[in-house]
Amino acid sequence: MKIQEADAKDLLLGQGLPVPGWTVARTPAEARTSAEHWLAEGASQVVIKAQVLVGGRGKAGGVKLAGSAEEAEQVAGRILGMDIKGIPVRKVLVAAAAEIVREYYLGAVLDRAGRRILLMGSAEGGVDIEQVAVDHPEAITSLHADPYLGLLDHQARHLAFAMGLGAHWKAGAAVAKGLVQTMLANDADLVEINPLAVVREAAPDGASTERLVCLDAKITLDESALARHPGLDALRDPDEEDPIDREAREAGISFIKLHGTIGCMVNGAGLAMTTMDLIKRAGGEPANFLDIGGGARADKVAAAMRLILTDPKVDAILVNIFGGITRGDEVARGLIEARAQQTRSVPMVVRIVGTNATEADGLLREARFETAASLDEAAAKAVAASAGSDGSAGMPA
Amino acid sequence: MSILIGRETRLLVQGVTGREGEFHSRSMVEYGTAVVAGVTPGKGGQSAIDGRVPVFDTVFEAVTQTGADTSCIFVPAAGAPDAVMEAVSAGIRTIFCITEGIPALDMVPVVAMVRAAGATLIGPNCPGATSPGRAKVGIIPGSVHREGRVGVVSRSGTLTYEAVQAMSDAGLGQSTCVGIGGDPIIGTTFTEVLERFAGDPETDAIVLIGEIGGAAEEHAAAWAAEHLADVPKVAFIAGRTAPEGKRMGHAGAIISGGAGTAASKVEALEAAGFRVAGSPTELPGLLRDAGYRG
Repeated sequence: MKIQEADAKDLLLGQGLPVPGWTVARTPAEARTSAEHWLAEGASQVVIKAQVLVGGRGKAGGVKLAGSAEEAEQVAGRILGMDIKGIPVRKVLVAAAAEIVREYYLGAVLDRAGRRILLMGSAEGGVDIEQVAVDHPEAITSLHADPYLGLLDHQARHLAFAMGLGAHWKAGAAVAKGLVQTMLANDADLVEINPLAVVREAAPDGASTERLVCLDAKITLDESALARHPGLDALRDPDEEDPIDREAREAGISFIKLHGTIGCMVNGAGLAMTTMDLIKRAGGEPANFLDIGGGARADKVAAAMRLILTDPKVDAILVNIFGGITRGDEVARGLIEARAQQTRSVPMVVRIVGTNATEADGLLREARFETAASLDEAAAKAVAASAGSDGSAGMPA
Repeated sequence: MSILIGRETRLLVQGVTGREGEFHSRSMVEYGTAVVAGVTPGKGGQSAIDGRVPVFDTVFEAVTQTGADTSCIFVPAAGAPDAVMEAVSAGIRTIFCITEGIPALDMVPVVAMVRAAGATLIGPNCPGATSPGRAKVGIIPGSVHREGRVGVVSRSGTLTYEAVQAMSDAGLGQSTCVGIGGDPIIGTTFTEVLERFAGDPETDAIVLIGEIGGAAEEHAAAWAAEHLADVPKVAFIAGRTAPEGKRMGHAGAIISGGAGTAASKVEALEAAGFRVAGSPTELPGLLRDAGYRG
């Protein structure tokens, strides 16, 4: 689960990491008040950043500077009206604009291949770090945290020196350890600071000092662990969660809406993707990815059917169940009930094999469902039933 | 022979009295697997599966009294990491963790401990393994299998059943079918299962079932190119039409280094000598085309 920058920064503060202050504004007037606050604190400019859960907001014009409260209000007004990659901006973060001396990149991620937490640091921060990884992989230093003890002190120092943090190496090592602590404390699978920056700040005596701070933060949380972090589940952004996605999540169904016409209901993620692939291969377009999970009962089948039918473009449905933990007859009963409650009639092709498939087959025949024996056959029938498919691309030999 | 499990397997089921544990233990017993013990703390002294399986409070007791050498875990996610460690501590060598929904970071020290002990963990979030005609550990429906000499390794659950059913329907039996699990942190990779198949005199061909995401299929392809050059091998990758999914920020893209897409996996597998099917039903025909005569 992705969380907003402001929430990510809160989690970093919770582990004692250096994060400059900020405020969140939902209206241009609130942004003006926020800007007044930061300008009164001595900032010469404020930065206004769109709070959306997609990358590339800077390039999309969602991060701007303002030199006065009036300007902040205008800039916030423009950003709050924007759509970034299809997501409307409903909040902005307002903070004192930092005087950046140098930018770095530091990230911690759960590394599948290494089966450990991987730390990555680079002096090439603030720019497109993915491009750095492609063009200059040697500019990124990476190492694995200990699986039992986390990031060891000497590893953190190694990273800080390799990143070229110079005089700020102690602060850098502390941030590296803090990133791993943030991961472990919150069950995050990614904690990324880009940029980690040396900034110049005015000291109370008028002189200037430099310190290392986390200027941006990106954190993703492990959905499997949210049950033991009740506070974190509240960070799910209701503004950015589609009502249909919420219904799916609450029903325990994995659902991703796509752009085609054939609705899919499948058990298991791999089989669900395969079902989509075969629809496409038979000349159709899947309308969604939908995994009802293991052991689904009638009520879950009915919920899945409702989700599929919320998409007006759906003009055919393919149900593909390979029973293991899931019992075929339970699914068949669910389908029969769901069809009885359906508000619009859509042709449906059902294929149920595995556990209790014979019972399922009897129920489906009695209820006059269109059935299919193999997945290839089911895909071909669903494509034929869907008017939205061109139907011209047959199965390759 | 077969890999991981066989006729000699003496299986212990952790969480044997739970709903899933009971149901699947019964199906394992019916398949002919030697289920010698169950463990549920607090239910020691009872028995499960119509009195056929004695239940113990601890894995240590179960191992001492029954000589169990393999464990299958159905313990809920909150207790499953500890169940794996309990099995390792009691000397179990091969552990299948079926449980899904375990927080990924919980598995980091567990996997390290299993590997340091020289034991093998399959999963978590996996369907288990079957050596047809010999033993079945986990939840793969026994009916999809047929005895034979093709080794099957997969990251999925139900897609594995689909592919194995297609093989069996075409008369191609299996030596062992292994589902390695779909979680971010798993005990045994594609490559490690291929290493075992390479050393198994009763496995003559390979079927690999992968999906988009991560780089495990690419690693396995590179290993197979070198060590399984003369073995007929086929593969299927799910997710060719899936839209770009969740990316783990920049860091995810950095570690996968361009790997992870269906195109990248298909290309790597084909370059390594795999024939890649467009549908699971094509797997048997492609295996024949690759020269498999079993």
